[in-house]
Amino acid sequence: MSMSLRLLWAVLRRDLRLAARRRVEALLPLGFFVVAAGLFPFGVGPEPQTLRQIGPGIVWVCALLSAMLSVTQMFNGDWQDGSLEQMLMSPRGLLSVVLGKVLAHWLSAGLSLVVASPLLGLLFGMSAQSIAMLCLSLLLGTPILSLLGAVGSALTLGLRSGAALVFLLVLPLTIPALIFGIGAVGAVEAGLPQQAQAHLSLLGALLIMTCLSAPLATVAALRISLD
Amino acid sequence: MSQAALPSSAPNSAPRWRWNTYAAPSRFYAMAGLAIPWIWALALILGLAGLWVGFAMAPTDFQQGEAYRIIFIHVPAAWMSMLIYLVLAFWAAWGWMLNARMASMYARALAPTGALFTLLALWTGALWGKPTWGAWWVWDARLSSEFILLLLYLGYIALTEAIDEPRRAAHAGALLALVGAVNIPIIYFSVRWWNTLHQGATISMTAAPKMATTMLWAMLLLTLSFWVYSFAVVWTRARAIVLEQESDSEWVRQLKAGGPKS
Repeated sequence: MSMSLRLLWAVLRRDLRLAARRRVEALLPLGFFVVAAGLFPFGVGPEPQTLRQIGPGIVWVCALLSAMLSVTQMFNGDWQDGSLEQMLMSPRGLLSVVLGKVLAHWLSAGLSLVVASPLLGLLFGMSAQSIAMLCLSLLLGTPILSLLGAVGSALTLGLRSGAALVFLLVLPLTIPALIFGIGAVGAVEAGLPQQAQAHLSLLGALLIMTCLSAPLATVAALRISLD
Repeated sequence: MSQAALPSSAPNSAPRWRWNTYAAPSRFYAMAGLAIPWIWALALILGLAGLWVGFAMAPTDFQQGEAYRIIFIHVPAAWMSMLIYLVLAFWAAWGWMLNARMASMYARALAPTGALFTLLALWTGALWGKPTWGAWWVWDARLSSEFILLLLYLGYIALTEAIDEPRRAAHAGALLALVGAVNIPIIYFSVRWWNTLHQGATISMTAAPKMATTMLWAMLLLTLSFWVYSFAVVWTRARAIVLEQESDSEWVRQLKAGGPKS
């Protein structure tokens, strides 16, 4: 067990160091997130009432798209230089490798979205409580995106149209997370903190379930892709 | 399985029947070739009978007028769309776990038909919704779930088509279909909680049906017809996939040399 944890830790540190060495590349998902969300006021008009209403949804959907954009790179680099096949052959489970990579992806891509979301909330004129809830729901939701994205990334490993495929494969599966995340923010805006808590609990349950199942599916997908 | 080592006369010989007899692509190919014309004929007869009962015999609905008649297409199509996804996931998983090629080919053959029924259910739903609800589309729980089901089908088709190697395509597709099947209840209930407007289920096993007997007959006949049609078209497609993937095998070469004989 401690061996698996050490492997996880090693993969995590390695991936984070790689991300830190290519800082601009690591920040690209965040740039996409801000640009995509920033386009909407130009698309729907500057009316503050409308923007406040659609703000949470836009921030969430842009976070989904941004996570899918970065998740395609999760295994690609290691696959291209052959290190992924070495990891596959290691006697210490592939599961630790997958968990380490997912965690690294979340820390380098997902967490930055959570940190940037209050800023976007301000741009859309949301209230302080709504922004706090938006942040909290994204904090619970973005790991789900990294976990599900890992499955799609492993399935499409090395395919010509892999990046576009990940969007089509994974986004439909993220709809429950989107619904519960938005539900929590909507409940706060409607002044129903109890209901917001219910939505957050469901989002947390979804996170736990995804945590337990998605890494196993990712391992199976990697074995299929590298067979 | 032992399909590779079949005797060259396998398509025409009559082997002793076992549960996995038709797991051999060559035997499936021969059996389906014999059965398909009959299945098509049965689908046509059932379909015509169902349409006759539904559009000529069933009474006009006192609330919805004639527009309700689209449900004779809509409801069976929606049932089939969900059933086929489960059947697809089952065969894909079977092919993955037991490494049975025929099951994987069968799963791939099912996908376009399932997607077609999903599209048909959405389309007829829109045609019914316009006169009844006054809108082509509403983001109601069932409509949204059906729409997401269409996306799942499209994802499966796109993934299996994007992978050139048949084995990897089949197994990757199986994993995706299983992930989708596990997620369907979660998606359905989350969407239902999100919004609901669709009329409740009209036919249930526990309560007495809330519709006239002729209407029920029309719906059952068309459901059977769609079911049989699915067999016909999926087997036809599965035969084509068998020929494509087995084109290097001895029996397909003999088939080609022997001319167009099924």
